[in-house]
Amino acid sequence: MAMSGGVDSSVAAALLRDQGHDVTGVTLRLWGGDADAGCCSVADVEDARRVAAQLGLPHYVFDFADDFDASVVSPFVAAYVAGHTPNPCVDCNNTMKWGRLLDRALAIGFDAIATGHHARVETMHGALELRRGADAAKDQSYVLARLGPPQLARTLLPVGELTKADVRAHATRLGLRTAAKAESMDVCFVKRGERRSFVAGRAEERPGVMVTTNGQVVGEHTGVSAFTIGQRRGLGVALGERRFVVDVDADAATVTIGRHDDLLCDSQPLRDLRVLGGELAPGSEVLAQVRAHGEALPARWEGGCVAWHRPQPRVAPGQVVALYRDDVVLGGALAA
Amino acid sequence: MHYLDHAASTPVRPEAVEAMLPLLAVHPGNPSGGHAAAREAKTALEEAREAVADVLGCGPGEVVFTGGGTEGDNLAVKGSARARRASGDGVVVSAFEHKGVLAPAHRLEGEGFRVGEVPVTRAGIVDLDGLAEALDDRTVVASVMLVNNEVGTIQPLGEVARLLRERAPRAVLHTDAVQAVPWIDVADATRDCDLVTISGHKFGGPKGMGVLVVREGIALVPEIEGGGQERGLRAGTVNVAGAVGLATALRVTHERRVEETTRIAALRDRLAAGLRAALPDLFTNGEQGRKVAGNLHVGFPGVEAEALLLMLDQAGICGAAGSSCSSGATEQSYVLAAMGLPRADALASIRLSLGFASSDADVDACLAVLPGLVQRLRDRTASVA
Repeated sequence: MAMSGGVDSSVAAALLRDQGHDVTGVTLRLWGGDADAGCCSVADVEDARRVAAQLGLPHYVFDFADDFDASVVSPFVAAYVAGHTPNPCVDCNNTMKWGRLLDRALAIGFDAIATGHHARVETMHGALELRRGADAAKDQSYVLARLGPPQLARTLLPVGELTKADVRAHATRLGLRTAAKAESMDVCFVKRGERRSFVAGRAEERPGVMVTTNGQVVGEHTGVSAFTIGQRRGLGVALGERRFVVDVDADAATVTIGRHDDLLCDSQPLRDLRVLGGELAPGSEVLAQVRAHGEALPARWEGGCVAWHRPQPRVAPGQVVALYRDDVVLGGALAA
Repeated sequence: MHYLDHAASTPVRPEAVEAMLPLLAVHPGNPSGGHAAAREAKTALEEAREAVADVLGCGPGEVVFTGGGTEGDNLAVKGSARARRASGDGVVVSAFEHKGVLAPAHRLEGEGFRVGEVPVTRAGIVDLDGLAEALDDRTVVASVMLVNNEVGTIQPLGEVARLLRERAPRAVLHTDAVQAVPWIDVADATRDCDLVTISGHKFGGPKGMGVLVVREGIALVPEIEGGGQERGLRAGTVNVAGAVGLATALRVTHERRVEETTRIAALRDRLAAGLRAALPDLFTNGEQGRKVAGNLHVGFPGVEAEALLLMLDQAGICGAAGSSCSSGATEQSYVLAAMGLPRADALASIRLSLGFASSDADVDACLAVLPGLVQRLRDRTASVA
């Protein structure tokens, strides 16, 4: 049971225990850097340890900090420098929780890993499916969309059937110290608002120019990592109307800005699709979700891209695009 | 439960518990006061001080009670460097000192001191040539531990002291002897040291109680200031029960040391031989002939120590790896890194440490369980990959 020290994984551990599973709590130590305030800080480890003790479960800390740096933090920095927009939480799930933790758990002799994600693993027609959590507002299936079927087969998500209110109520009933704890929302290794300086501290960047869609130079910048396609704030130029980043060319160190209309596309190219379940034949209708808590929009899977029913803003390269049928995750790709 | 982590902490000896109980439960006095109850506490404290002085080979006036090993290390390193600021700026430590020494050294670096970290050999011994190079006539304090806390190797303090006399005449010599007390005659081994740290819970005393021996004439700037207790070097009402518990445990440890060391060395050697017979590819860390009797530091190629320790714990056997950090994870050991151990070997290594409470049953249990766990872990790791 991966225990972050938050209320969801606390309750998940309690539920698994009460279902009769032989549960061992593990907290991952992923980051010891300056922003030690995310999901693996000392205070959170202590919360996880205390909850495990209260539930009568053994608890351990696994130190994956070196791997986390190599598998999540370095790619995060490299992506921004390349003008892309990474999703480190998805990378962490794939490489840490469903990577090193799952491998180690299986090596030790455990049958599965469990987390406090709001999503559901269910067997339908003899096949495993990943479905959205019962609480639509808290659904986290998006960040699990790039897992593979073998990983899903070793996964338990005990709070997926509950609403967040149910989870908190259950934690309160059990008297768990995490019952009223605030949720973590930010990337755990970067403090809010400090992404730019974090990237700058780990990578060399070239200054460049900002141009309009017709090539007119309207400003300068110190590095493309500060920009994400679709971004409106912090452009440092005033042109009298709303402008958005519509393209980032890292090779030329050029950021293109334009009107909202310039962002709209009929289709979104994708790469590196990982199919999780269900059928995904070209031409099939899907729902595509481009943000963790964004709306899933109707589209047609064309193999290599999704064709939107109505034009949509271009998705920043590197962002995860999760494909659904109803509330079932079909797979996850990256915006190209 | 089979406890093989005595280097982390030991149970409190029954004799120490018995000696402490009246001071916890009955006597109310503050040893600094002037009435009968205070005198009782003061007498208990001073008798404890004398008992400690007897075993450590110093005068009672040279015994400063502290809140443990790390506090003693801090007071010794920072206190002596700051007191000698006028005569120099050099601080020299070995690279695999306990963090109680390394962190104060880094603090001093921020205050303008030059800090030299002396390399250690693959055998786990401070490199004397490196030490000679690091010392100069501006060195004000050198700190070299008597026994390393992870690999258990005994450091050549006599040689260290000789080098100091030759090359750094203004320097004081501190030794962190925290891991040495159960195994070595500390009085003899630290003859040439000006400052000696010990910690109660490493030899059957209570946690949070230590001693810093401060030889007469050695000036220190105190860390904790207030009512002038402990010769002004450590203000605050002394933990009288703790001092009595530490002193009692130290006396008992000293009286039984030869007998216990012999018994425990045999247990450790039987454990090592049994593991090697079952797992011929294991390797050990720290030169065997220079280790204390209770330390077995052993690695299993291809095995993740964190996973193995979890499985051992599930089987009722307590071992350790690396040094404990505040969140309870095992960080990659800087001690093994300083010794030049490849990273993969360091991450495959665990410390099994025996002590006065260890028995044949502990060794039997470990031998019955550990080889099978290593094999299972290797098989399953192969099938996962």
